[in-house]
Amino acid sequence: MSGWSHHLIVAPILIPLIASALLLFIDERRRLAKAMVSLASAISLTVIAFILFRIESGPNGFEGVYLVGNWSAPFGIVLVLDGLSAMMLLLTALLAVSALVFSLARWHAVGAHFHSMFQLLLMGVNGAFLTGDLFNLFVFFEVMLAASYGLLLHGSGPLRVKAGMHYIAVNLVAALLFLIGVSLIYGTAGTLNMADLAARIPEIEPDRRMLMEAGAGILGVVFLIKAGMWPLCFWLPTAYSAASAPVAGIFAIMSKLGIYVILRLTMLLFGEGPSAGFGAPVLLYGGMATLIFGIVGVLASQALGRLAGFSVLVSSGTLLMVLGINDGAVSSGALLYLVSSTLTISAFFMLIELVERGQDAGANVLAVTMEAYGEADEEPENEEEGVTMPGTMAVLGICFAACGILLSGLPPLSGFVAKFAMLSAMMGTGSIGVPPTAAIWALVVLVILSGIAALISMTRVGIRTFWSSIEGTVPRVLVIEIVPVMFLLALTLALTVQAGPAMQYMDTTIRTLSKPSIYIDAVNNALPIKGVKAGTEGE
Amino acid sequence: MELVLSIAIGIMTSCGVWLILRPRTYQVIIGLSLLSYAVNLFIFGVGGVKANVPPILGSDDPSILADPVPQALVLTAIVIAFATTALFLVVLLASRGLTGSDHVDGRNEPK
Repeated sequence: MSGWSHHLIVAPILIPLIASALLLFIDERRRLAKAMVSLASAISLTVIAFILFRIESGPNGFEGVYLVGNWSAPFGIVLVLDGLSAMMLLLTALLAVSALVFSLARWHAVGAHFHSMFQLLLMGVNGAFLTGDLFNLFVFFEVMLAASYGLLLHGSGPLRVKAGMHYIAVNLVAALLFLIGVSLIYGTAGTLNMADLAARIPEIEPDRRMLMEAGAGILGVVFLIKAGMWPLCFWLPTAYSAASAPVAGIFAIMSKLGIYVILRLTMLLFGEGPSAGFGAPVLLYGGMATLIFGIVGVLASQALGRLAGFSVLVSSGTLLMVLGINDGAVSSGALLYLVSSTLTISAFFMLIELVERGQDAGANVLAVTMEAYGEADEEPENEEEGVTMPGTMAVLGICFAACGILLSGLPPLSGFVAKFAMLSAMMGTGSIGVPPTAAIWALVVLVILSGIAALISMTRVGIRTFWSSIEGTVPRVLVIEIVPVMFLLALTLALTVQAGPAMQYMDTTIRTLSKPSIYIDAVNNALPIKGVKAGTEGE
Repeated sequence: MELVLSIAIGIMTSCGVWLILRPRTYQVIIGLSLLSYAVNLFIFGVGGVKANVPPILGSDDPSILADPVPQALVLTAIVIAFATTALFLVVLLASRGLTGSDHVDGRNEPK
């Protein structure tokens, strides 16, 4: 990677930042202009993420270290692009385009500054995926959270304000824990640069190491809150199901951000050396507890929104358990599962809104949990213009069935491929090579059970919604609302067809991650550009 | 001085934790503020407690300089905590307006 393409690394942060600033200058009434700026930003992000992804999956591999401000590594701010972050950037951009297109039908108009907040959220998420030091991770995390507070409240209403207040309180506490963790790590290791930190861990004396591990543990709690590990997850289903559909669609990536950071930090800091395997039992058993909680929740939910919220937990639980085993082949299956489940859940959140539009208030009374919904007063009327979808119920039904298949991990879609990759690796055909232990057996059983639970619940809800709806009111669905959902589902289909190359990419990614020295050397050997004076940096 | 600082952090943290577990939104926000003060002091403390020394270069001996990084971190943390507290206040007022109660779950407790 050289020349101009090197500067592309910083683009996923700059483009949404500039777009959100531009959007502030456009009057709220000029919706079309706002939508165009926002969409242009999301599409260019997708293109850039795709170019970066192609560079990363190319033969040259890991070269993406960008020195912001042109100071060399441990002193300046670095952005690091590797296989994992390139993949996450692409995933974020694809979700963003879908959610934005979906929002154009009605949701972007129900409150102020939707597009600005949406762009800031993208900036925070992209920054967190790219950053190479812990404190900037905090800053990008806060940017993302601040935007997400606004987005969660978008559309207002008592339910959203209530869920939003809980969400904000939980995340403010999490932010404070983040600071405590970061400062403990700084106090013991004397650095916040992730690569430098990983290199220094073996040199820390045992008594200070305990303090450093405590700091890392506190830091881990923050990301586990974001990922929704039991017992830190009670806010998640309520918040996600209260959010408006496109917002919930993009929120699907935020819980995966927690998983991403945990994966990144455990592989980098605790992959080898004296602190190897730190936190793995917590991830394993915590993941199991999350999965059980998720399964019970999925079976118990009657409202579709909560069902999707608990599906997020099932997905997080599965991923956390797998990170707890920390085995190469299983982890690469898990990365495929991460991509597949994020696409599915995002599509599902948007689909739910379309399906529930068809149900009248009377049908909602049947479901106990639906009572909490006071949607009648918050949806704007006669906002819809554009082409309605022909054969609405059939299309919605097919999309719903596809989501069910993906969530339960049945063939032929990518949910099956991902689960199969994980399970076959767990059963000893992978790199473990030894008979599976009791913990692995428990894990296999839980993953299969979670699939069955999703299948039962989706079938039940599907029958209630599509086959036995007495009223028979057909929801009015616009083309630009169903197309993003179909686009995301088509991506999972593409992931199934291209499962071979995808698995290869995941394998390479995990193999690179499991050798921290590659990351450390890349960051430490990155040279400032000659002839350019290092700028002054500041927050 | 270390002792005074750690006692202060401890007291503020315990008050903060107690307050955020209370059912009234106003108590929660005061609790969050106290916690963020405690955390800011804590970050300040990890750089080593030193009095009357400059954080920037002015001497060849780094041992008599204060560590500038925690000070920069505190500055960022203060700004972010300030902004999020302001935002939380707005949500608190919105919740009060919509539910007519300052309970965190928006319900009126039977007395």
